[in-house]
Amino acid sequence: MRDGGVGDARLSLSVFLPRVNLGPSGFPSLAGYAPPCIIIASREGYVAETKFEKGSEVASRRKFLSLGAALGGALTACSDSGEPVPDEGPKRLGRAPNVYGERSPFEKEARRGAASKYPETGATRTPLQDSHGIITPSSLHFERHHAGVPAIDPAEHRLMIHGMVERPLVLTLDELKTLPSVSRLHFVECAGNSRGEWTDKKGATAQDSHGLASCSEWTGVLLSVLLEEVGVKPEATWLVAEGADACKMQRSLPLDKCRDDVIVAYGQNGEAIRPDQGYPLRLVVPGFEGNINVKWVRRLMLTEQAAMARDETSKYTDLLANGKARQFSFPMEAKSVITRPSGGQVLAGSGFHEISGLAWSGRGLIERVEVSIDNGASWQDAELQEPRHRIAFTRFRLPWTWDGAETVILSRATDETGYVQPTEQALLAVRGANSDYHNNCIKAWKISGDGRVTNV
Amino acid sequence: MFSRIRALVLGLGVIVLLLGTGLAQSPHYKVGSAPSEEQLKTWSITILPDGTGLPEGKGTAAEGKDVYDRRCSECHGNKAQGADSSALIGGQGSLAGPKPLKTVTSYWPYATTMWDYVNRAMPFDTPGILTNDQIYAVVAYVLFLDGIVEENQELNRETLPKIQMPNRDGFVKDDRPDVGPTAHTPNR
Ligand code: HEC
Repeated sequence: MRDGGVGDARLSLSVFLPRVNLGPSGFPSLAGYAPPCIIIASREGYVAETKFEKGSEVASRRKFLSLGAALGGALTACSDSGEPVPDEGPKRLGRAPNVYGERSPFEKEARRGAASKYPETGATRTPLQDSHGIITPSSLHFERHHAGVPAIDPAEHRLMIHGMVERPLVLTLDELKTLPSVSRLHFVECAGNSRGEWTDKKGATAQDSHGLASCSEWTGVLLSVLLEEVGVKPEATWLVAEGADACKMQRSLPLDKCRDDVIVAYGQNGEAIRPDQGYPLRLVVPGFEGNINVKWVRRLMLTEQAAMARDETSKYTDLLANGKARQFSFPMEAKSVITRPSGGQVLAGSGFHEISGLAWSGRGLIERVEVSIDNGASWQDAELQEPRHRIAFTRFRLPWTWDGAETVILSRATDETGYVQPTEQALLAVRGANSDYHNNCIKAWKISGDGRVTNV
Repeated sequence: MFSRIRALVLGLGVIVLLLGTGLAQSPHYKVGSAPSEEQLKTWSITILPDGTGLPEGKGTAAEGKDVYDRRCSECHGNKAQGADSSALIGGQGSLAGPKPLKTVTSYWPYATTMWDYVNRAMPFDTPGILTNDQIYAVVAYVLFLDGIVEENQELNRETLPKIQMPNRDGFVKDDRPDVGPTAHTPNR
């Protein structure tokens, strides 16, 4: 299975590229190995053949690469007799260790965002369709900023906690790091994830439709520890958090949640949080809509009223059919999406395929994911990857033998509270068409007879 | 001799302890320091809906027109009707219809929110350049454009929180789960 978009040439997946070594430049080199010929094959059959002769290695390599690039890279190496050449093993040294790792130049997955007149208030989405397991690499964690990514010197950064407290406190990053710490896996999902899917199906890929969700291991201090240190006064019921970005992003959090599982985090996936994720310090508010996980956090103020900030009134409120809007609609409810096969991909042919996807719930553990391979007529339980984590991505898998006929595949998650991921019609019936945040409806992918997967 | 050393050690200990409590504020882990008055004042920019936090200053719509035209119109339109960025006025009465227009004047429940937001985030590309008087004035101007305040009505820390925004009672609490077996109000 690969991305589509190579015109109509459907390429065979019997790929033999056994000897692509990394040269000193970091680019693929075929040194020491010259396949006598390369066959570019399509489903329709034989397409092109190129002879490689001894002594013309550079020229033939260039030809090899450009042909591969032009046709999407499905190449078959063979001898004159047409048999694949066995791998002889590398004959050249690879590159020496380096101080900070990079992925293979062959890997191209990237975040994607829409072009905008004001790119500083914009988003990029995680390529969920290419993800493995449950962790999103920090470099691919989705972004949503409202005033750009600030460049913060951690030595200068301070966290101030004040308001209705006994002892207002200013903490340095070093001080925070001396406090008892936790590391927990949590997803973060923008309340606007899948907004373009509401009453319309705009996203061609799982990245477009669901890519404003990502999952990391976050390390930091529980906010409850800090609240003990400052001594919250009994009148306080809210905590107003503020970031150090240019718009000084501000959100109000209910104090109960702050005393429960909120993390003041400085670590992500084993290293410092990335600048675009809030370096050097952010809130992780497990299961609550992304915007409230205030990045670059620098101030926490205890109050007895919510701030009624712009991003909890004008935005991130859910306008219902009667013209009233739900406010402080924090939890991201149970949701799932099949990432393979998903929009934009092409099944190479009938036969075995693993259906795989991600499920998550802001209310706790995922208990069950059902998959339908017949557009909802019947459902089967998918296997859940263990160990499962609360309020984190859960990978599900289902072995599937495709008969080659057109069909629609769906997934449906159930969380530990018994909540079942709803259909879009069910949500529309209670919310009306104007409520487009918090869209967690069941996602369908259509598989055409030619193997193409599209959003329906 | 022995007792003198002991006294010295004890004395040093007391000094360290005193210094320690001066610097380390937190009771359990002895970290952090108390913010200075200055820091508390400059950092505490949150404006609560009852007006808590609003600074001295004043402005009217008549004064705000100039601020708006120079600082806001390029992105939000010459009459705040929207341009490259969103409309700030219009849409009253549209919220229950098929094409709701959510603006400051049709949707926002509190005028204090606009003061707070403009103070922290606008103009988008140069936040923080407006004076308190200019913010009172530009808020007054936008509200005036949609008939919420009079042209010469002065907005200040007393009057701003008293403005009754049209959609003040337009918000309800989150009653999800709203569908399925765990819904709070099944089959509504
Ligand atoms: C350079 C363009 C630009 C200028 C100049 C500008 N704004 Fe904005 N404004 C924006 C953008 C972009 C947003 C959306 C920001 C976001 O995504 O968070 C916005 C959002 C707003 C909002 C919130 C709208 C809503 O419905 O939530 C208000 C209110 C606002 N601006 C007022 C002003 C005022 C008042 C001025 C002049 C003092 C101003 N703006 C100047 C670009 C601009």
